[in-house]
Amino acid sequence: MIPLVDIRQLTRSFGGAAVLDGIDLAMAPGEFVALLGRSGSGKTTLLRILAGLDTAAAERLQLTTRRSVVFQEPRLLPWKSVIDNVALGLRHPDARTLATHALEEVGLSHRIDAWPLTLSGGEAQRSALARALVREPELLLLDEPFASLDALTRLRMHELVLALWRKHSPAVLLVTHDVWEAVALADRILVLDQGHFIREINVDIDRPRRRDDPRTGRIEAALLEELGVLPTQD
Amino acid sequence: MNRAMAGPVRPGRLAQFASRLASPIALLVIWQIASMTGLLSPRILAGPGDIVATASRLIAAGELINGLIVSFLRVLAGFSIALVAGIVLALISGLSRFGEAVIDPPIQMLKAMPFLGLLPLFILWFGIGEIPKIGLVAFGAIFPIYLTLYGGIRGIDRKLIEAGQTMDLGTTSIICHIVIPGALPSLLVGVRYGLSVAWLSLVVGEQINAASGIGYTISYARDFMQTDVIVVCLLVYAILGLLTDGLVRMIEAYALRWRPEVFG
Repeated sequence: MIPLVDIRQLTRSFGGAAVLDGIDLAMAPGEFVALLGRSGSGKTTLLRILAGLDTAAAERLQLTTRRSVVFQEPRLLPWKSVIDNVALGLRHPDARTLATHALEEVGLSHRIDAWPLTLSGGEAQRSALARALVREPELLLLDEPFASLDALTRLRMHELVLALWRKHSPAVLLVTHDVWEAVALADRILVLDQGHFIREINVDIDRPRRRDDPRTGRIEAALLEELGVLPTQD
Repeated sequence: MNRAMAGPVRPGRLAQFASRLASPIALLVIWQIASMTGLLSPRILAGPGDIVATASRLIAAGELINGLIVSFLRVLAGFSIALVAGIVLALISGLSRFGEAVIDPPIQMLKAMPFLGLLPLFILWFGIGEIPKIGLVAFGAIFPIYLTLYGGIRGIDRKLIEAGQTMDLGTTSIICHIVIPGALPSLLVGVRYGLSVAWLSLVVGEQINAASGIGYTISYARDFMQTDVIVVCLLVYAILGLLTDGLVRMIEAYALRWRPEVFG
């Protein structure tokens, strides 16, 4: 069986400077992994390689082709209605029905025929999520998809992503710089710094995870320390 | 305080429209008085009353309508050529580096030329029939169409193309669903500008050796110092220009209906 993601000693450099240096990464089907790192740590570069948008040198680089991406910006085509955006490129005789269903799942059945530029930030990201999931990916790549949403919308999106992940069980790689987001969502958290993984933490806590749970607090504190931010006393 | 927050009291749209009409009407009245008192000789410029009378006479005689149709068909032919050629050239140079290297430099060079100055050459090459007139219209209109579409294609957001790639769209699908619709707003600006250039080229082209069309009527009237006829013909050009521009605006409103309204 071909693994979803099997990477050994991956290196990517831009103009002589290595952005990723000796990365090893394997992901199991249905696993939720968060990739945490500061700006410029190489996390987006790694996601782009996994998405097939960038190339890299590696000893071994095996990736599933059944993958889809949600970017930080929704990247919907403004001249196509929401449903046409979701159905675009689907090779299926009943593409529109599938798209309608995917939009129902993200709670947008009332916005199916809307133009993307009339959507709110949260609605646009939910459309992008529907567009990614309608392709039934084995690997769902999320590149800081909630970073530009307000705090309340972001929490709702966390719930939505967890619900959809449970239902469709793709493997998820979530790139984020939000420590709580990683702790709340992921099975496994990888910390990337200057092109290396410097820490790996398994989060064996039942979901939904509460922020006042001492176990999540300990993980958050450890991650903040790893990122060079001292945890505050409170 | 509450009043200030509610905004200033807006005068009715009708009143606003009327206030904008006031000075043009005043000018017309002054013009008419000047003509009637003999201050303004009809050899220089006919009065508004005479112009209206001439217009109805020309319409009744069928002369104006015939000229209008001939002129309109010339613009239609020339502009259609410019539209097809401009779009094809812009697609080639916008979508491939090789095409850009071959097509863009000569077009940029030709663009620098004052194209109305080409008329004598066109007459030498094509004689004095329809071809030099249609050719001049096409030649003038092609540049705005080419330049705006080419710029629009080159200005497409890379991020949307990347999103298309992650959705497994092939090159053809990316061109049809992302590149062309994304460049359409620019193209439509070029079409409107190209149309105004087309009318301008026609006016120049028709002044020389035309045996029909509005330009012919103008040069005939010039020989007999009929300033009223000349003004009527100029008004017809203006109206035709406005009508074709309005048509493109309608197409624009439909094709770009996905854009949120700026004035809601």
